[in-house]
Parts: sequence; structure tokens; C-alpha cells
Amino acid sequence: MSARASAKGFWLCFALVVALLAAAPLVLPEFWRRFLTEILIWGLLAMSSDILIGYTGMVSFGHSVFFGLGLYGAAAALLAVSPPNLWLAILLGLLAAAGVAVFVAYFATRLRDIYFAITTLVFSQIFYVIIFTWTAVTGGENGLYFNQPPLGIPGLFSLKFSTESLHWFVLAVVAISYLIVRRITQSPFGMVLQSIRENEPRTRAIGYHVERYKIVSVMLSGLFAGLAGVLYAIQNKFAAPDFVFFLVSGEVVIFNVMGGIGTLVGPFLGAAFFLLLREGLSRFWSEYYLIPLGIIFTAMVIFMPQGLLGFWRRRLNQ
Amino acid sequence: MLHLSEVHAYYGKSHILHGISVVVKPGEVVGLLGRNGVGKSTTLKSVMGLVRPSQGRITFEDRDITGLAPHRVAHLGIAYVPEDRRIFRLLSVLENLRTGLDRPGVTEARRAALLDKVYASFPVLEERRNQLGGTLSGGEQQMLAIARAMMLEPKIILLDEPTEGLMPRMVSQIRDIIERLHQEGVAILLVEQNVGLTLGASNRCYIMEKGLVRHHAPSAELRADPSVIHQYLGV
Amino acid sequence: MLPFDQILIQTINGLVNGMVLALVASGLTLIFGIMDVVNFAHGDLVMLGGFVGAITVASTGSFAIALLVAALTIASFGALLQVTTLRPLIGRDPLTTILATFGVSLVLQKYALWQFGPSARVIPQPIPGQFDLFYLQYPWYRVGAAVMAAAIIGALYVFLKYGKYGIWIRATTQDRVMAGAMGIPVPWVHTGVFAIGAAMAAASGVLFAPLAAVTQTMGSDFTLRAFIVVVVGGMGNLGGSILAAIFISLLEAYASLVVSPAQAVIVSFVALILTLLFRPTGLFVSTPR
Repeated sequence: MSARASAKGFWLCFALVVALLAAAPLVLPEFWRRFLTEILIWGLLAMSSDILIGYTGMVSFGHSVFFGLGLYGAAAALLAVSPPNLWLAILLGLLAAAGVAVFVAYFATRLRDIYFAITTLVFSQIFYVIIFTWTAVTGGENGLYFNQPPLGIPGLFSLKFSTESLHWFVLAVVAISYLIVRRITQSPFGMVLQSIRENEPRTRAIGYHVERYKIVSVMLSGLFAGLAGVLYAIQNKFAAPDFVFFLVSGEVVIFNVMGGIGTLVGPFLGAAFFLLLREGLSRFWSEYYLIPLGIIFTAMVIFMPQGLLGFWRRRLNQ
Repeated sequence: MLHLSEVHAYYGKSHILHGISVVVKPGEVVGLLGRNGVGKSTTLKSVMGLVRPSQGRITFEDRDITGLAPHRVAHLGIAYVPEDRRIFRLLSVLENLRTGLDRPGVTEARRAALLDKVYASFPVLEERRNQLGGTLSGGEQQMLAIARAMMLEPKIILLDEPTEGLMPRMVSQIRDIIERLHQEGVAILLVEQNVGLTLGASNRCYIMEKGLVRHHAPSAELRADPSVIHQYLGV
Repeated sequence: MLPFDQILIQTINGLVNGMVLALVASGLTLIFGIMDVVNFAHGDLVMLGGFVGAITVASTGSFAIALLVAALTIASFGALLQVTTLRPLIGRDPLTTILATFGVSLVLQKYALWQFGPSARVIPQPIPGQFDLFYLQYPWYRVGAAVMAAAIIGALYVFLKYGKYGIWIRATTQDRVMAGAMGIPVPWVHTGVFAIGAAMAAASGVLFAPLAAVTQTMGSDFTLRAFIVVVVGGMGNLGGSILAAIFISLLEAYASLVVSPAQAVIVSFVALILTLLFRPTGLFVSTPR
């Protein structure tokens, strides 16, 4: 397929998928509408993690931190200012996530592989403990409740979100994010990242400042993860330490592996697959759904490590 | 006894062996010569099961051992002395030997006898038997590597560059050891850069180039006509 | 300046907790050292051991039997686990072992919830009574638990240093390729070591149970702390992980004099980060391997 033709093909597919997702809330019952929106948000989080895992080759168990910072950052903005302002929430959430991303980025450059993974795990636990115990600021175990901001520009207009319009807003944000990240991973910068994943010493030997690339990679990843947290805050009007427990990071990694790392689209599919399985399995197994789900995941790690979309990885990256 | 036929093998993505065929009969000392990188070590590794052949067959005493796990290959009577020795540095000399001694079906008495025999051949090892392997000199480590292989009471020993990095005095000691093993009826497949030693110690030699055997002759013949060696090894 | 008696009490607490943690961590580091597997489910093996032990004590009344039964059951389970989920992963990126064992951890936690119910189990202290330690009545069992943990670790050390299988394990840890070439059945050594690690984890679960209750979620906590200990002590370094376990437990004990126990945990996190920044091979490693 020539480059032209494959680009056209991509845009066609993309437009089709977005159209479907946009039309969905018009036909689905309420529960599934919210469910779909959640899939998009978790998918965004998983995609942000894919930048690190799939493209740079650094497995991180710390995405619950960035997500949590986006979540609580937005919560803080929505509680502090009245009437609640959407754009302030987004800004604060992203800044919080970015700030910590710099910190994590520093460690990314000094640690390799397993040590980085364990350190990010430890970070996510530290963060959880802080959120859990700093009750004055974070509400501790009980979490924070706040109001959903309207979509609008102060002074110009203000529209309250409905389930549909919120969904379209989220869809727009996620779709744009996807396009941005895709552009980045296909650029020369993205190529260097992949080369770092394949063979770091060689990349360094060629003359690239591997550290700088890793830092940018972590920051991008953290930023989009924070954005997912902000979106979640807006959708659910509730922030709690549960969302910051390292298990969330684990689930994100599961989405990535199940969907296929290094594909950007894979994580979305992985999130959908996992959440749907969870819905379905919990009908029969109630709270024990993780037993079959965990078995399926482990089996996939062993027998299908490339994930659902893994074999399409080349195609998707053209 | 040992037959490799048309063996292909890869090291990562590099195609190293391109269909090599080698035969070692019981009790023979067979040399494997060739420049660096032609696949001599890989040939030994494929016999030992450390590299899995992608094509071809390896049989030992009429038994197909292609791709067999290393510990099973060792139990069949094939011992391996790798390039750079690879003795267990954090185990003592005695413990290194015990890795080969502690096999099923070997009585306490036979173990003691084997140990005595090896100490007789390598008195320096007896001296240093409680020292950590990593503290031995290069030559002593080479002795240990060979002694350790002998603990398996093998029918054939795969020797990979035993004289590499050794002083001339040690080189002649290695030569004596090979001779002694030959006299005991142990077959040897010898990979060596030291052409003189190889030609002197072996009955036959294969000359390899790019993962294949290019020439094969009795060592006496090769000794008599050095032009062949010149041609393939430039020595 | 803090009162001396409080410091001494916390020192003993630190040592006791440290020994139990050392038992957990040594299994983890042994497993990593020999097969490059980061066992995310290790803490859950501790948890399962605690449950099996609690059930055995409830039916037989004997702590010793409970210890034995728990160790053997979980060891067999561990062997089964290794053969089914970890053997297929040999030769692949070690990170896949984290993922696979993470999946196993999820399953085990929920399975425990399913089988043993949501309530915590307790094992009554097998060594009753207390002694006077300053203003406290200090339970004898705490000291007893530390001694038993030390004994088990000691037994492991002896096993590894002498005896045929100890040599096999040490040889395989150093050079698994040459170990195989020497006729050592490497895949089975791997399974055996995993089983030993699992048995030690189970034993710590049983030892730990009388000190605090056994809950289905305590696994993650143990895993995380064991990870920290193993990294600080040097991955694969048995002596290092024991020293690190005691070191970290002492730090936490002293910290709990100043902050709440939930926050004292941060101390060990900080220790981990400092180690990774300045001495990534481990604080207690004297000669780099």
C-alpha cells in the first residue's frame, strides 16, 4: 500500500470509528452510555501508558499517580472556585500531573527495566498513602465530592453537560489526544523512542541523548494520564484514594497487554475488553470476577503476549 | 559415535552454521580448525544443546540428540569445556568437581576413586580444593574446567579453545592432558586456534569456513602439506 | 531526646518484624537470583500460608503441625504454579514474569476471599505469656517468632552451603548454562527453588498470624515490602536481604515513634529511592558479583 493510500485508509477508519462512538449514546441505554464514556477515559489512560511501555520500552506501574493527580487537581479547582470552571480544572489537573512527571522522569533516566518498574510501583503506593492520610486536604478515605462544571467560556456562554454532551466532549478530547500522540509517535522523535526500546545502548552509541528522549516520553505520558484523571473527575464528580491505589496502575498495564502494546489503539481495545469482561463475569461471579479475569490475563501474557492487536502493530504504525 | 549432519544454527538473527557435517568415532581425537567467527564454537554448542539447530540432525551412539536439553546430553556421556572456562567462580574447587560427581548411579567409592584420579593428574587442584574457583589463575581454571568435565566420565569431551590465553608451559600441559585422555579411550572434539597443537594431538581435522566444512583430512597429511592450512587459515 | 526505654522497645520490635520480613524476602531474592523472576504473587503466598496455618491450628490445635502443613501445601502449590505459568516464560523478557505473577496475584487474592470468606483469621499465640519490659508486658511469642524465623533462615543457609542440592542451586544461580552442561537438571532446580521460596513465604505467614490477623489483602503489603528489602539488600543477595529486612524494619519502628504507623511506611520507600539513586546494586553488597 502506498503511503498516500494508507493515510487515506487511516483517516477513513478513524472517521468511521469516531462517528460510531458519537452516535452510540443516542441508541444505548443510560448505563451503557456512561460505560462507553468510561471506556474512552480508561482507554486514554492506557494509551498514555503505551507511550512508555509500547514505544519507549519502559514498563511503569505508576500511572495511578498521574491519573490521581489529574483527578485531585481537577477536584481542587472545582472546589476552590465558584462557579466551577472547566478550563481551570483541566489546567490544574494537567499542571499537577506534569509537575510530578518531571520528578518521575528523573528516575526514568537513572534506572533500567525492573528497577524502574518497582520504583514506579513504590511511588504509586507513597502517593496512595499521602492521599489516604492527608485527610485535611484530600478528604482521606471518604474522598472529595464536587460539582460538575458546565461547558463554557466565562462571560460568553455556559452549557450544562448532559450524559450525551459529556460523552461527546470526552470523545472529542480523547480523539484529539489520540491524533496528537499518533503524530508524535510517527515523527522522527517517535522513531528514536522505538529505537530506544529495541536497543538502548546502540541508540546511545549512535549519538542520541537517550536521557532527554526518556524525559520527554515520561512527561507526555504523564500529561495524557493526568488528562484522563481530569476527565474522570468531570464525569463522576467524585475523587477517592481507591482510584490511586497501585491496583489501578496494574489494571492499566493489563489494558495495554491485552490490547497490544505499541499500537496506541490497542490499549483502548484492551480497556474495552477488560471492562466488558468485568461487566459480564461479575454477573455470574459477583465480586470474584477477578478469578477468571486474572486467569485470562495470565494466559494472555503467556500465550498471546502481543495482545489482541499485536499482529497489526506494523500496520497501525504506518 | 557422534554424527552431525547438515546442521544449521542461528545465534540470534545471524545464520552461523550453514549445514555442517562432522563425525567423531569412539576414542578419536578430531580437530576443528578455522578462522575466528566461522562457527566452531557454535558447532560444539549445538551438540551440547546450548544452541538449538534450526535444521539438520545430531546423533550420538545412534540416538537422536538434536535439540536435547543440556543436562540430558551430559547424562548420555558428552562433556563440554567451554571457551573461557566458565568454572563456577563462587564455588570451591571441590564443589566445582562435585557438580559433575554427584550423579545418579555413582557409588561413594567410585566418587572417591574419581576424585583421587583427578587429583593425581592435577595436584594443584588438590592443593586448592577449598579455595573459591574465582581465585585461581587462568591456567588453574582451565585445569579445573577439564577436570570438572572428566568427573562426568564422558565418552567424548567437547574442548573449546583450551589453550587460549595460556602461557607456553601450560599449553604443553594441556597437550599432555589431551594425550592422556586419548589413551584412556575418551574421544575428543577439539576446537583450537593453535594449529600446531591441534595437528599434533589429533587423528583427523576438519577445516571450517563460513559455517561449513571445506576440507577434511588426516592430521598427518595436513602436517606434511602446510599449504592447505595456509589456504584456509592464512597461517 | 526520646526516652531510652521507648527506643529499646522499638529496637526489639524492629528486630522481630525484621526477622519475619527477612524470611519472606529471602524466598523472593532466592527466586530472583536463580531464574530472574520477580514474583509479584510472593506476598499472596504468605497470605495463603497464613490461612492454611490458621485452618490447621483450628482443627489440630498444634502450631508446629500447622507450620509444617502450610509450608508443604504452599510449596507444592508453588511448584505447580512455576511449572504452569513460569516455565513457558523462560527466555523471554523478565518483565513478562512481573505481569504473569501480577495476574496470578489477582487470582490468588480473590480466591482467598472466595474460599476463606471475608473475615480475618487469627492463630492464638503458641507461646503464651509475657515478660516485663520496662513499662510494657512484652509477649514472649514475639521473641519466639523471631527466633523461629532465624532458625528457618539458618536451616536454609546450611542447606545451600552443604549437601548436593545446595551445590546444584548455587551452581545454577551462578551460571545456569554450565550447570546444565554439567548434568544438573536446571528446569527442576528452578521448580525446586520456587517451591522452597513458597514454603518460606508460607512459614512467615504462619509465624506472622499470631501477631496480627491474616487478611486476604495483606499479600500486596508483604510483596511491596519484600520488594523494597530485596532491592535495598541487593537482588539475588541472600545475606544482603536479611540485613536489609532488619535495617528497614528498625527504621520503620523508630519512625513510628514520631509519626503514625501508616506514615512510618514512607520511611522504607525513601530508603528504597535513596538506594536506587546512590547504590543501585544494593546497600549491603560488599563485592559486586
